[in-house]
Amino acid sequence: MTDSTTPQSKTRVKSASDQSKWSMVGKDPYQMPLEQIDLSHPGIWQANEYLPFLERLRKEDPVHYCADSAVGPYWSVLKYKDIMQVDTSPHIYSSEPTIGIVDQFSEFTLPMFIAMDPPKHDVQRRVVQPVVAPANLKILEALIRERVSRILDGLPVGEEFDWVESVSIELTTQMLATLFDFPFEDRYKLTYWSDVATAIPGAGVVDSYEERWQAMQECLQYFTRLWNERVNREGGNDLLSMLAQGEETRNMPPMEFLGNVLLLIVGGNDTTRNSISGGVLALNEYPEQYAKLRSDRSVIPNMVSEIIRWQTPLAYMRRTALVDTELGGKQIKAGDKVVMWYISGNRDEEVIEDANKFIIDRDKARQHLSFGFGIHRCMGNRLAEMQLRILWEEIMARFHFVEVVGEPQRVYSSFVKGFTSLPVKLHRH
Amino acid sequence: MVKIVFREHDGTEHVVDAKEGASVMLAAVTNGVPGIDADCGGACSCATCHVYVKEEWLDKLDAITPMEEAMLSLSSDRKDNSRLSCQIQVNANLDGLEVETPEFQY
Repeated sequence: MTDSTTPQSKTRVKSASDQSKWSMVGKDPYQMPLEQIDLSHPGIWQANEYLPFLERLRKEDPVHYCADSAVGPYWSVLKYKDIMQVDTSPHIYSSEPTIGIVDQFSEFTLPMFIAMDPPKHDVQRRVVQPVVAPANLKILEALIRERVSRILDGLPVGEEFDWVESVSIELTTQMLATLFDFPFEDRYKLTYWSDVATAIPGAGVVDSYEERWQAMQECLQYFTRLWNERVNREGGNDLLSMLAQGEETRNMPPMEFLGNVLLLIVGGNDTTRNSISGGVLALNEYPEQYAKLRSDRSVIPNMVSEIIRWQTPLAYMRRTALVDTELGGKQIKAGDKVVMWYISGNRDEEVIEDANKFIIDRDKARQHLSFGFGIHRCMGNRLAEMQLRILWEEIMARFHFVEVVGEPQRVYSSFVKGFTSLPVKLHRH
Repeated sequence: MVKIVFREHDGTEHVVDAKEGASVMLAAVTNGVPGIDADCGGACSCATCHVYVKEEWLDKLDAITPMEEAMLSLSSDRKDNSRLSCQIQVNANLDGLEVETPEFQY
């Protein structure tokens, strides 16, 4: 069994995905025994070959047991309705000890409320909810628009550049700095810590678990300093002040504090970042949808939901069965890992019509699984939607076409579904 | 048909004829009443069909289930008369029911 320190990392695989014995890259999903299908390995995700595997499992084995993988045995849940059932039954399917597919070393465990069950989950979540609730977002909207505008106005027109670096990362990083009231000049640290927290050592960001742990310590120290500055200060609409001053959170142990800070950084970083990139790619792959957008910008809010469905920036969430139970006719035992593949449920034709098409004015576009459902439903969903809405409003005000001019590079992860680069060229109206 | 009055945050009123057996959420969505998102489609698992029920009607509603309570309790805008409209079944006793939609659903 593999060993890992953060909930998001998958395996110890170091080099190119297809060199691993676990990789399914290049394999025909219909020419291998069902039981060998292992969605946890990052290979097919980076290679963008995952969809036919999901499709076969949805058809032939929608609650799928993988007995042998680099991360041990686990169940995969593929259908929308089964995912909904798992997500809304926290008394059967626990979020503890972790929501990543890999069990953690206890000495490196970072407690965070995404990986807690009620009642503790509810208490901690309630404290930080107001900062991303719409009432607070309304206050932030003008500032977000101003920052989005400045980023877009600084982009080169008519020449190739990387959309991921110049827009997706820049915008989400600025947004995080705003939400934490984090020193603006140090804001790239936030992106770094977020990347480190979900990195697989050896895959580019950090080389070892020790290096990652060291970066996490640095993050803890930085935030502890900010915490100390704010704990005795009155007010502050930022996440950190809310945590530091909240009755239920002010005496949080350091590791729990770090865990929740990282949760908010990762939650607000990779997800929106990759939906920003994914939207550009989807509109390029569906030019008639781009034309639709040009002819009617009022479709943007609906398009934002469709982009979030299409991208599904977090491919899955994991639960652990608390009791023996049944799902889709399969017997799940207490202690089993159960992985809800949101990315698959979002392509489930039984619930979503034409699920394999990107349709920006789709009916019921909001009913996607990307935010999860139930008590762990994404807390920042309205913030994410607002960022994407403002971004697309401001893009359309400036540019006729954000043209993808090269192959996107994808993240080596089965959890974070995203891009490391997306070469584009801008065209004015 | 059962009459239900929806009042938006800004006071705009929408009176709809709802089918018995359907949910109040569905009555709103099928009649184009704004202010109710119903992201989960009526599964009591997103809290985006949140409404405030006019006090005199509260006793006529079924009790809040633990699931509904769990979802409501996570909202910063929860009040004593908060309910999820997908969990209110329309019946003859609710003829004239008045609910207010919050400024935001989330």
